[in-house]
Amino acid sequence: MLYILQTALELGFLYAPVALALFLSYRILDIADLTTDGAFTLGAAVSVVVCAAGHPILAVPAAMVCTAVAGFVTALLQTKLGVPSILAGIITNTGLYTINLMAMGWTSNASLIKQRTIFHMFRDLGIGGSWYEIILAGLLTVAAALLLVAFLGTRLGLSIRATGDNRDMVRASSINPTFTITVGLCVANALTGLSGALVGQSQRSANVNIGTGMVVIGLACLIIGETVLGRGSVLRGALSVFVGSIIYRVIYAVALSSKVFPIEAMKLVTAIIVALAIAAPSIKRWAAFQRKKAAAKSGKERA
Amino acid sequence: MLQIHHISKTFNPGTVNEKTALSGLSLDVENGDFITIVGSNGAGKSTLFNAIAGVFYVDEGSITLAGEDITYKPEYQRSREMGRLFQDPMRGTAPHMTIEENLALAYLRASKHQHAFFSRTSKADRKFFRERLAQLDMGLEDRMRQPVGLLSGGQRQALTLLMATLVPPKVLLLDEHTAALDPATAVKVLRLTEEIIRENNITTLMVTHNMNQALGLGNRTLMMDGGDIVLDVRGEERAGMTVDNLLERFRAGAGRRLDNDRILLS
Repeated sequence: MLYILQTALELGFLYAPVALALFLSYRILDIADLTTDGAFTLGAAVSVVVCAAGHPILAVPAAMVCTAVAGFVTALLQTKLGVPSILAGIITNTGLYTINLMAMGWTSNASLIKQRTIFHMFRDLGIGGSWYEIILAGLLTVAAALLLVAFLGTRLGLSIRATGDNRDMVRASSINPTFTITVGLCVANALTGLSGALVGQSQRSANVNIGTGMVVIGLACLIIGETVLGRGSVLRGALSVFVGSIIYRVIYAVALSSKVFPIEAMKLVTAIIVALAIAAPSIKRWAAFQRKKAAAKSGKERA
Repeated sequence: MLQIHHISKTFNPGTVNEKTALSGLSLDVENGDFITIVGSNGAGKSTLFNAIAGVFYVDEGSITLAGEDITYKPEYQRSREMGRLFQDPMRGTAPHMTIEENLALAYLRASKHQHAFFSRTSKADRKFFRERLAQLDMGLEDRMRQPVGLLSGGQRQALTLLMATLVPPKVLLLDEHTAALDPATAVKVLRLTEEIIRENNITTLMVTHNMNQALGLGNRTLMMDGGDIVLDVRGEERAGMTVDNLLERFRAGAGRRLDNDRILLS
């Protein structure tokens, strides 16, 4: 049981930045950014390759810069070139498949054999005993979350939040929405890249499909967190991302060990969770309407 | 202050939906003018405001603000020097952000903050926001941490007014900004509008469908029809005018009766 919890915590922290990225793009900017899958893979690929070259620390910012560029491409497509935002993400994502293969030297996977990763370096500091991976993952991702919360409180951050809330008003406040969307998507994808970079070094490998389904998993974490903590301030949003991410990984770990359903079914279960959660308001409206119709009908029969 | 020279705008040119919204309109707004604008449905009142604000670029003609040609300046850059209020109180504020955050955004227009992307709202800013909110006399100064979505339409419109004038703009555009409010709130918001305009001597253009407001407020009245200005009265001529005179003059100018299903004559 402790082992399950440990694994869930570690994966929860490692994957939390993806949910944080979606919190920024989907919740705050109101853009479904489908660059996420490819960006996650890109982050992992760059991180593993740079780490293999002997620079495990440099690997993380390098991965983040690369994925920020991917976000920039998506932003450019939708702001300046008139590509619908969902399609813009899909286009970038498709292009990234080739970029990712290229980043790994035209193979579909890259791995670290004996090279030291940031996790080894941290273990050698002697902090946390067997929990060292969780502690490092937690430290880095919580720091990223705190930076994001602080950033969203600055004037630029406020402008990004207003862009998703009321675009008319943003233009009237002398802010260029093209600029705020671009910055927002770059930051969001840098966060996805951070997650990919950490996962890549933690697994000591990256492959071209590592990011498949990541956008839906991230959304599931976000939605689970918001269901538990409710929606409110930016700080609460960031907190719920971590809660959701860890809960998701607990579910995953329990499913994996208890064999309630085969682990291959996890993506389907995730997809259903996300679809239901996003559909909930419509389903509630439909149910209320049916009740109203039934009540009107029975009222008529009585009369 | 604002010179509009012979501007034209046609929407959907070459299609069955072709509509000439502005046709060769010229207007010279002087510094400190408070102009009221009335007109029929589809006369081009809102289109004129959109042209001034830069929502679209005009097909012909030029617009000059305080000596600077802004004809091809994008909307977000023009908004540095323009304030605008719409009929819909929801359009001017971000509902999921707090009152303070909304004001902080509006305050971005202040020139000293133009490039301070990473600056945060300071204590002094907060104090300034509080003072200005207190002027509205709606108790909003004690609710600065609440999301704007919780406010009533009137409160939101008053807040939008404050945001538009927090840094006094060179031109303030009011597009029937009290029309969607209940009568008592509308009176209050209108009084606040007059107060703020007078205090800061802001050059203002206001669209209204209330004929008494059109004559009672400001120093100059325009009537629009078919994408152009058909009547422009000010000074003594305007001072002695009644609503009936105004309607009569409109008929003479436009060649037909004023046709606006929402017009208020009383």
